[in-house]
Amino acid sequence: MSKILIVAETLSGELHPTTAKAVACAQAIGGDIHVAVFGSGDQGPAQAAAEIEGVTEVLYVQHDENNAARAATLAPQVVALAAEGYSHLLAANTTTGKDLMPRVAALLGVPQVTDIMAVHGPRDFDRPIYAGNAITRVQAPGDFVLVGTVRTASFGAAGGGNSAAVSDKAVDAELPSHTRLVEQKTGGGDRPDLQTASRVVSGGRALGSSENFDIIFKLADALGAGAGASRAAVDAGYVPNDMQVGQTGKIIAPDLYIACGISGAIQHLAGIKDAGTIVAINNDENAPIFEIADLGLVGDLFEVVPQLTEKLG
Amino acid sequence: MKVLVPIKRAVDYNVRVRVKNDGSGVELNGVKMSVNPFDEIANEEALRLKEKGVVTEVVVATIGVAKAEDQLRSELARGADRAIHVVADQDIQPLQAARILKKLVEDEGIDLVLMGKQAIDDDANQTGQMLATLLGWPQATFASKVEIEGQTARVDREIDAGIETLEVDLPAVITADLRLNEPRFIKLPDIMKAKRKPLDKRELGDFDIDVPTLEVTETRPPSGREPGRMVKDVDELIATLKDKGLV
Ligand SMILES: Cc1cc2nc3c(=O)[nH]c(=O)nc-3n(C[C@H](O)[C@H](O)[C@H](O)COP(=O)(O)OP(=O)(O)OC[C@H]3O[C@@H](n4cnc5c(N)ncnc54)[C@H](O)[C@@H]3O)c2cc1C
Ligand SMILES: Nc1ncnc2c1ncn2[C@@H]1O[C@H](COP(=O)(O)O)[C@@H](O)[C@H]1O
Repeated sequence: MSKILIVAETLSGELHPTTAKAVACAQAIGGDIHVAVFGSGDQGPAQAAAEIEGVTEVLYVQHDENNAARAATLAPQVVALAAEGYSHLLAANTTTGKDLMPRVAALLGVPQVTDIMAVHGPRDFDRPIYAGNAITRVQAPGDFVLVGTVRTASFGAAGGGNSAAVSDKAVDAELPSHTRLVEQKTGGGDRPDLQTASRVVSGGRALGSSENFDIIFKLADALGAGAGASRAAVDAGYVPNDMQVGQTGKIIAPDLYIACGISGAIQHLAGIKDAGTIVAINNDENAPIFEIADLGLVGDLFEVVPQLTEKLG
Repeated sequence: MKVLVPIKRAVDYNVRVRVKNDGSGVELNGVKMSVNPFDEIANEEALRLKEKGVVTEVVVATIGVAKAEDQLRSELARGADRAIHVVADQDIQPLQAARILKKLVEDEGIDLVLMGKQAIDDDANQTGQMLATLLGWPQATFASKVEIEGQTARVDREIDAGIETLEVDLPAVITADLRLNEPRFIKLPDIMKAKRKPLDKRELGDFDIDVPTLEVTETRPPSGREPGRMVKDVDELIATLKDKGLV
């Protein structure tokens, strides 16, 4: 039977919702599911992890360094835990997971399965390549520890209501001092997190300025939605990078995605392929976004979007 | 300071890839190949550091088929000083690439590796982190700003929550995100000049890449979406969304 360790992610002292998605992937693999939470004192996130359905044990690893731990300091700690007979080490494929897990894999001398999107067996997965324009099935022959990251858009979050045991865990690992966190500037705000929001409204280059982006935020707020953007809108400085949706931004799977003034480049589509319903608003009837949209509306977003907001508000 | 810029030959980002009918992979025959866009950005950053006087030499390297020489030449034309080509006909997985690159770093006495955060073919996003680990070096991934001061690099990283600033001691591996810079265009005379820049060939057999690997058993197209439809106005859109229970 598999024994799976999930590396939890925390943000501003709270358990990140993507951790429950990694647990869902572990449930598909099947086996004993443990979650490792790294912190420097506050056990809150560990308690939150214990509530996730399917988790049998939470390991709380305390270390002064873990307040602002980066991949280089976390990886040796994960590897120290891995020695306890784990068959799988998983994390969500967020920027944190992407930064950390290859470091873990390299310390163990094993390959990594990035972006697991479906589970065929304990060592047999589907993952996307070419921005999701092809799917490969990969197997891990042998019995080395399986290190992987979980595509959050492919798994619904595991439920709550559990009360797994939380145990303190001391790890014996030498932590390097060559990496220092200077600061984090997080946009955050009150809108739902893109990676877990059930509705998302995004704007593209067509918005033309950060002031104009207000109409996107207003529609998002009317719908209780997260707000996203194309790369072009981020590059132009209309909105911050954490709003970028796509191959190199966030890969999301909301029930409803509304793309406003976004042309539909393959790199953008890579981020929204698993959305339930895609709505496209674009004034060019030939825009490629209409090829994958479930509902398309040809029109000027500066008229259409405020109308939508008003009628839905 | 000597910089290594690993670059990968990959299907051009504008190409819509097609999966081969027998499920053995994607069609590469007759498809336009380019330098992985993130690697162009990494090389551009190395060149800017050289222009600032921080860096003395920029070495580009690739592990790949004979034709990957074209991609090395184009990065030489962009301005790199010399190139190393580890000729490999087989697919090289990230951990193997990292082991090869580690040896190049050691052989060449490299102080800084600037590379792409991900290759847009395998989308693995692993090699830089693995290389840093094998070397025992720090890493700063997904960089959108790099400043070198003495023996440290101060790097802005694009993370899901926003921007994070890290300070890492050199030597280090830094992986480039899209907004790090906009690579310069390659000019025709530079292409001519690049033909005379040194390009060393190395054999795959010189490297130990005996590590566990993953096996790709099948490649298939993604499941398509149901064809959608157009609505005529906002009212119809709202009515349809209400029908579906989405608003
Ligand atoms: C390696 C790589 C990775 C990338 N990763 C990403 C990524 O993660 N995410 C991403 O989004 N892109 C990514 N890109 C960029 C991508 O290729 C496109 O350039 C980008 O998505 C275009 O953004 P856009 O649709 O906002 O702009 P455009 O392509 O310029 O489209 C603007 C659209 O707005 C429409 N429009 C204009 N005015 C109006 C109006 N008044 N009302 C309604 N519609 C209007 C136009 O018809 C047009 O379709 C990547 C590119 C590369 C090379
Ligand atoms: N075969 C290769 N040759 C040279 N560099 C590579 C190769 N494979 C990967 N890289 C480098 O590693 C980065 C990340 O690749 P990947 O981990 O495959 O997504 C790329 O952007 C390149 O800089």
